[in-house]
Amino acid sequence: MKKQASHWARRALFLLPLLVAFLLLAAAGKARAALDEATLQGLGAADFGERIAAIEAVGATGGERARAIIAALEAGELGTAGGRVVIVRDGRVVDAASGEALELVADAVDSLRVNNRVRRALAVANAALDLESGERARRLAAAQTLRDNASEVVLPVLERALESEEDDAIREVVLLAAARVNLNADDPAKRLKAVTALGQSSDAGVKTLLEPFLDPASEPDAGVREAAAASIAAIERRVSIARNIGTVFSGLSLGSILLLAALGLAITYGVMGIINMAHGELLMIGAYAAFLVQGLFRAHLPEYVDWYVLAAIPAGFFAAAAVGVVMERTVLRFLYGRPLESLLATWGISLVLIQAARVLFGPQNVELANPSWMSGGMELAAGVVLPWNRIVILGFAVFVLLLVWLMMNRTRLGMFVRAVTQNRAMAGCVGVPTARVDTLAFAIGAGIAGLGGVALSQIANVGPAMGQGYIVDSFMVVVLGGVGQLAGAVWAAMGLGIVSKFLEGWAGAVIAKILVLVFIIAFIQKRPQGIFALKGRFADN
Amino acid sequence: MQTRRNFLKALTLSASIAAIGLPMGAQAADTIKVGILHSLSGTMAISETALKNVALMTIEEINASGGVLGKKLEAVVVDPASDWPLFAERSRQLLTQDKVAVVFGCWTSVSRKSVLPVFKELNGLLFYPVQYEGEELEKNVFYTGAAPNQQAIPAVEYLMSEEGGGAKRFFLLGTDYVYPRTTNKILRAFLHSKGVQDKDIEEVYTPFGHSDYQTIVANIKKFAAGGKTAVVSTINGDSNVPFYKELGNAGLKATEVPVVAFSVGEEELRGVDTKPLEGHLAAWNYFMSVKNPQNTAFIDKYKAWAKANGVPNADTVVTNDPMEATYVGIHMWKQAVEQAKTTDVDAVIQAVGGQSFKAPSGFTLTMDKTNHHLHKPVLIGEVRPDGQFDVVWQTREPIRAQPWSPFIEGNEGKQGL
Amino acid sequence: MRTPFTVRLFNSMPRAGWAALALFALFAWVWVPLAHLALPADHALHLSSYWVSLLGKILCYMVVAVAMDLIWGYAGILSLGHGLFFALGGYAFGMYLMRQIGRDGSYGAELPDFMVFLDWKELPWYWWGTDSFLWALLLVVAVPGLLAWVFGYFAFRSRIKGVYFAIITQALTYAAMLLFFRNETGFGGNNGFTDFKRILGHGITTPEMRVVLFALSAALLAGVLLLGRYLVTSRFGRVLAAIRDAESRVMFIGYNPLHYKLFVWTLSAVLCGLAGALYVPQVGIINPSEMSPANSIEIAVWVAVGGRGTLVGAVLGAGIVNLAKSWFTVSFPEYWPFFLGFLFIAVTLFLPNGVIGLWSTLRARLGARRPAPAAAEPPVQGAAAEPPAAESSRGAVA
Repeated sequence: MKKQASHWARRALFLLPLLVAFLLLAAAGKARAALDEATLQGLGAADFGERIAAIEAVGATGGERARAIIAALEAGELGTAGGRVVIVRDGRVVDAASGEALELVADAVDSLRVNNRVRRALAVANAALDLESGERARRLAAAQTLRDNASEVVLPVLERALESEEDDAIREVVLLAAARVNLNADDPAKRLKAVTALGQSSDAGVKTLLEPFLDPASEPDAGVREAAAASIAAIERRVSIARNIGTVFSGLSLGSILLLAALGLAITYGVMGIINMAHGELLMIGAYAAFLVQGLFRAHLPEYVDWYVLAAIPAGFFAAAAVGVVMERTVLRFLYGRPLESLLATWGISLVLIQAARVLFGPQNVELANPSWMSGGMELAAGVVLPWNRIVILGFAVFVLLLVWLMMNRTRLGMFVRAVTQNRAMAGCVGVPTARVDTLAFAIGAGIAGLGGVALSQIANVGPAMGQGYIVDSFMVVVLGGVGQLAGAVWAAMGLGIVSKFLEGWAGAVIAKILVLVFIIAFIQKRPQGIFALKGRFADN
Repeated sequence: MQTRRNFLKALTLSASIAAIGLPMGAQAADTIKVGILHSLSGTMAISETALKNVALMTIEEINASGGVLGKKLEAVVVDPASDWPLFAERSRQLLTQDKVAVVFGCWTSVSRKSVLPVFKELNGLLFYPVQYEGEELEKNVFYTGAAPNQQAIPAVEYLMSEEGGGAKRFFLLGTDYVYPRTTNKILRAFLHSKGVQDKDIEEVYTPFGHSDYQTIVANIKKFAAGGKTAVVSTINGDSNVPFYKELGNAGLKATEVPVVAFSVGEEELRGVDTKPLEGHLAAWNYFMSVKNPQNTAFIDKYKAWAKANGVPNADTVVTNDPMEATYVGIHMWKQAVEQAKTTDVDAVIQAVGGQSFKAPSGFTLTMDKTNHHLHKPVLIGEVRPDGQFDVVWQTREPIRAQPWSPFIEGNEGKQGL
Repeated sequence: MRTPFTVRLFNSMPRAGWAALALFALFAWVWVPLAHLALPADHALHLSSYWVSLLGKILCYMVVAVAMDLIWGYAGILSLGHGLFFALGGYAFGMYLMRQIGRDGSYGAELPDFMVFLDWKELPWYWWGTDSFLWALLLVVAVPGLLAWVFGYFAFRSRIKGVYFAIITQALTYAAMLLFFRNETGFGGNNGFTDFKRILGHGITTPEMRVVLFALSAALLAGVLLLGRYLVTSRFGRVLAAIRDAESRVMFIGYNPLHYKLFVWTLSAVLCGLAGALYVPQVGIINPSEMSPANSIEIAVWVAVGGRGTLVGAVLGAGIVNLAKSWFTVSFPEYWPFFLGFLFIAVTLFLPNGVIGLWSTLRARLGARRPAPAAAEPPVQGAAAEPPAAESSRGAVA
């Protein structure tokens, strides 16, 4: 086994730059040779080393056919069938060498896959090609790939790009890429220039590259050493700022998730004094609603599948609200004023809902894809990426909060809810239909939990027991914030989020979680009513 | 007084409830009972339900071809509900009440540890189908999953090879329990032996059910800035989805920082949007995508069984490594019983050692005579966008398990029973 | 004039109760040992090891249920963290059991296997003395007791109650579970303690040991019932009930509820610890999932099902739910959660006083023909006890 690996290793080490070089040469339209069958057969070899050698040979021949084969390999469309190498595209099979269509079904083809190493080689080569593309976005992406992977082979391409590139943002990135290559130049002046230029980077990886230049043993030139020290300091500063921003963001993001999970609970508990242990399952229902909507979109509106999340928002809300109404009408209305018993009954409901989901959808998690506009992230600095799904959820939490606030303070229903919360008997006396208000308020609380579920489906697991993971945290937020206090819930969720993230960075995830729980327990001793206690006098408080 | 009467009644009532538990009658002799001990509810149901299904399918298959020793097999399915003490109780029940000839079951290490004393005490026979941390060898247990040297070490060797990306630094990430701890301990010792220093190894653990991987992904990036890095993930169960989602969205690609996982298979990937995961790795002893006649038959049979038995989402069921191990285990037991001509536990234990079976992985697997572990091939697969794996590397032949890792102090000379 | 203790104890329970207790003793101390040890395995009345361990386990759960009833039924404190005290008792005794393995572990080392695994060279300080049976017993009582006392002191002093108290106890047990899951904590992490070999040098898997453990569990249950009965019929018990029903009034009269609550809370935790210590050798494993919040909620369920504020109801509830669990998870594994869930909803909706309450309702209806014995039951706290908490929790949403 070891022998095998090292054999490949040697071979691969030798071949990788060659592959890149040949691809570039092919792109420049220089070497031209006929694609012979033997080379192509090598693409189908079981051994990756042989395969890479074949890729190199194909690359060396250049031309449209070779490019098509390389592109097909990258896309996983290349395969072997009946002893020949073929390309499968849209269910049609064509001979790779000649391009002529073959009488073969796509299923009969053993597709050839690339591994990470080949993929990386292909990525660098393609980036080098793309650097001369007409599209700005492609050039930028190519420059970024090269910035992180540039080697001497691509230096001419970079230099050409620097001459022709007019976009400043891209030029800057290309400069970094070129500087990275020039670090190994023999000329101290070139090195000095490169080291200085790299001071503009915010990539911690560059710092690692620069470190050897501090050592007199490996860097004879004192000027370069000084410049390297200055560059490293600059990079460190930038990296640490970016990292702190990243930590705050991750705290806010965690907080927004906690808030979405807890907001519904804050309403149901605040208004009705019901401890809803099935709250987590309402989240689960919202998430499964999103799953079903995704399935509908995939089946009937495949061209709009990216927007299924938007349709899932009302679906999640109403599905959870409907379950909430059923719960309220059949069970909870009989338990008002008995919070501890409502706790037990809702725990029973949660067991039933979990098992129902298990029976209906199977015990496994279901797959929900991030739509493309929620995939990937915004690069704040090299190494600090704010994922779009988290940014969107943060925004969504603000939106839901606003909605709840408006509902509570600007609608008739909200006024009723507040009236019932403050004094049920009096509200009833002046004609507020308290029973209906209870049902509606519970439905809205449940619906908001459903919204939380839709949001969670974009980040975490969707499975029958997913709600269980949030129930303790949600209660902590509600209790910490002060029961029935929206503002308290916001402060508590964001505070817990940020504190958890800083603690996690310092002590690890397990200890952070324990410390947060202990902190909550201690805090409740100090302020039994939470951050925002109700003002008023109660003998029994 | 009423309460006092109640007190009396209640005591007699509890006594009579307790008395219901009287021993059951004798067993019917025309079938052989086989116990299946997998959680069908609770947290582990997500993984174990499929093993119960595959066990039932295999038993049907054996019965259809005439049973064992001329008798039909009768499956006794019980649900230990992901509750560890209940595992022990259930296995005691299977062995003393139902008098099963053999038990196929358990997934987590703790469930295995919980039932072990029972199997030892009652001289039962257990086939355990899941990859685990090793450091154990019991006469009453046959391990059809991988030991660390059949999964973790080859995977890391692959990552270190130029082929696998030539990783120099290793981020060992796991859920905080015994399997990741032990695996990482073995890996650390192995990496030391390969000249990797401690500063190039980072070990991080998260609690069970951890779902916020922002900090950890940021730390991986930070660590990866120091040189060519690979992540070795022993994250368990549900935490994988949030981890991979975060990884994908934070822009860590497999070409830069590959993640090799030991607990992520086809079943786990069903719950993940796999597009961003392309190129990340898993090391197993079987992949569903392996092409050979045994595997095609195995997959077809399972799909047909799932459809016929109303398994949810039957059209998209997948097979995975522990399912294959269950399948192999039941067949090996059958062969051993036929060889021993009895279901007597001691005779069967004697006979299981040395059995071989042409497994769906495409290899002929042999049960080691001395250490009760299967000789297994190691396959390394890259995630494909469709949630299957491409085998990018595999051993030429099955390798022998080392349940007592030579990389853990005090294990020298402990290899057989 | 003060009645002697023995008389008060005797009077705390009716004759019939004593008779039932005697019956129970006969069952646990005579019939079970005979049926398990003396009768041959193929005898129709032989009690298999499966049933002895199952019943032993349920007896331990019954003790926990009684401990829960003492604080919930009589003091109105709902704890969602009682599993913690149970597990701590189990861990304390588990440490002793681990030390008793001696060099018979996989590594043949002086240290427990999981420590060898983690490369630990010596026992951490908190394992000191755990090779002594007596010290282990002390820990079984002291660790849950001390934790409960400290936690209770601060919580009751701040007058945290009702829902808040329930939730912070849940947080407590959750935090402890995470702590015990860590391997560095030194309690075997997720795998916990298993593979016990012996107690006081005697093999743990022998039928004799099984019967002894069973008999001890039965004795503990009987003792706890007696103690509970004695407490709740005493003056102390009446103050407790008063605190449950109207704490402020009790304060205005001049009692300090803190001491009463703290005492019964700590006692309840200690009883749970004892039950845990007997539970671990019988089921053969202790791991942190015993501390999971769901387990603690289940304890509350037993009490609610049986009927709160009766002690015997708790015993009944624990028995019914656990036997049902054992039966369902074998016969209809997929429907167990449905059953438990609906049982729960039904009990809270229709049987606020549990099975015991159902029994007395039925009797009251039938008994119209006969002269009804006593007047109404002392109100089993339910609706009456909690409105103040509910009232206070209705905050303004703003």
